[in-house]
Amino acid sequence: MKKPIIENTPVLTVKQCQKLYGINRGCQDISFDLFPGEVLGIVGESGSGKSTLLNCLSGNQRPDFGNIVYRDQEGSACDLYDISEARRRILMRTEIGIVKQNPREGLRMRVSAGANIGERLMTVGERHYGNIRHTASDWLRNVEMDTQRLDDLPIEFSGGMQQRLQIARVLVTQPRLVLMDEPTGGLDVSVQAKLLDLIRSLVSELNLSVVMVTHDLAVARLLCNRLIVMQKSQVIESGLTDQVLDDPQHPYTQLLVSSVLSP
Amino acid sequence: MPNQEQYNFAYLDEQSKRTIRRGLLKAVAIPGHQVPFAGREMPMPYGWGTGGVQVTASILGKDDTLKVIDQGSDDTTNAVSIRRFFHKTAGVQTTTDTHEASVIQTRHRIPEAPLNEGQILVFQVPIPEPLRFIEPSETETMKMHALEEYGVMHVKLYEDIAHHGHIATTYAYPVRVNDRYVMDPSPIPKFDNPKLHMSRALMLFGAGREKRLYAIPPYTKVHSLDFEDHPFEIQSWDEACHVCGSATSFLDEVIINNDGDRMFVCSDSHYCQQRSGETQALEQADQA
Repeated sequence: MKKPIIENTPVLTVKQCQKLYGINRGCQDISFDLFPGEVLGIVGESGSGKSTLLNCLSGNQRPDFGNIVYRDQEGSACDLYDISEARRRILMRTEIGIVKQNPREGLRMRVSAGANIGERLMTVGERHYGNIRHTASDWLRNVEMDTQRLDDLPIEFSGGMQQRLQIARVLVTQPRLVLMDEPTGGLDVSVQAKLLDLIRSLVSELNLSVVMVTHDLAVARLLCNRLIVMQKSQVIESGLTDQVLDDPQHPYTQLLVSSVLSP
Repeated sequence: MPNQEQYNFAYLDEQSKRTIRRGLLKAVAIPGHQVPFAGREMPMPYGWGTGGVQVTASILGKDDTLKVIDQGSDDTTNAVSIRRFFHKTAGVQTTTDTHEASVIQTRHRIPEAPLNEGQILVFQVPIPEPLRFIEPSETETMKMHALEEYGVMHVKLYEDIAHHGHIATTYAYPVRVNDRYVMDPSPIPKFDNPKLHMSRALMLFGAGREKRLYAIPPYTKVHSLDFEDHPFEIQSWDEACHVCGSATSFLDEVIINNDGDRMFVCSDSHYCQQRSGETQALEQADQA
């Protein structure tokens, strides 16, 4: 595995991000930098605000206050919620990709796998059927799926394959930042392991920056360079993955780490 | 003039007609853009052309000559009923002649004969939103139009080619109007799509159930969506019209007996009658 190249200017800078639905419900006072090639894990229990934070990052939920600054390909920084909605939506389907926990939300279940992958290409103006099909087929291979299934519908796929297809659909426009919400949730462990392997190799090959929400500490240890631990809408601990998991400081993190079942 | 005491001119009250005309002005100003309007109940069920009838009622004047076609034909039930309706409530001249008409209300066809400046074609539209098949939310489709997010339209064409080897959409074929809005041209066969491009006549579209108006002004660019390597094509037939012999018009396939024998005839009845009349006249002239 290639060593991730971590450059000096962050892709994403989050400053004092806050979105609260009630007292300590949502997320508040969140600040971090994400560098190119870095995988940041957000862990915490259900209701700790992980998904709210991810929604803010993905342009779906305007924070009450705080800034989410994205630095685009040309290196110019923009606050996701200061730019026009049009520009934000263009970013979301070109340079930023979102992988949903449930592939049904991220895929069009009633159109073929090829069209699912091709959609983002067609959205950015590709109008050559042959090229679209060729690229879609390449990406099926990249996510280790049978290219024979290019014309099959996602409803005919297993959960693991749907998730692979979703990843292919997101990565086809070569985004720089990928946001993942429990990408291996609901899959059995052997399928999970293969998918994690795939994500890890794609991240290093494409030098992706990833923010990954998970409640599975094993997933976090395998994939993430850094971890943020959230509880009751706040960050209670952050640092390098190994450091946080091997030497947890906060009582909640200690509880979290000690609760992991080992077979 | 029959029944002018019982009905307001062209059935609808003046206020309603005025709001619809206001909507039409906006629609003409923004080619291909769907404008909502306060649709009225008409004395016919939704799906029978309530949108088209309201548009026709709003633009009809005393001096207009009205032609109504249904699938190209002047003598099908719907066409006859609507023509009679306006004859009764507005007392306007009606005709089956494409050239004589100043307003033509149509369901699912554009006449074969080229239209002229000053003529108005009124379409009946069942589903005005071309993005509906892939995006059920109205809020979202409005946003997609506003931001010109039309990539999904090609997803449908992609699926066609992947499953059938060619673009299998044959009617209601989506178009891009004036390089801006993607529009559903109503369920006309794609054979008629080229007639929308740079048309000399004004084209108005009315959707009664969905309460939307849209328009293509004269001399407007209308492009049928396609792929570079699968360009837009119209239907063609090996047969010619059984009645008038036309090899260039849109043909209907008609089964003529219990043995399944079939023949092909023009769907545009006036065009066909005119041509066969001319052919007969020529033959008579030859014989004389």
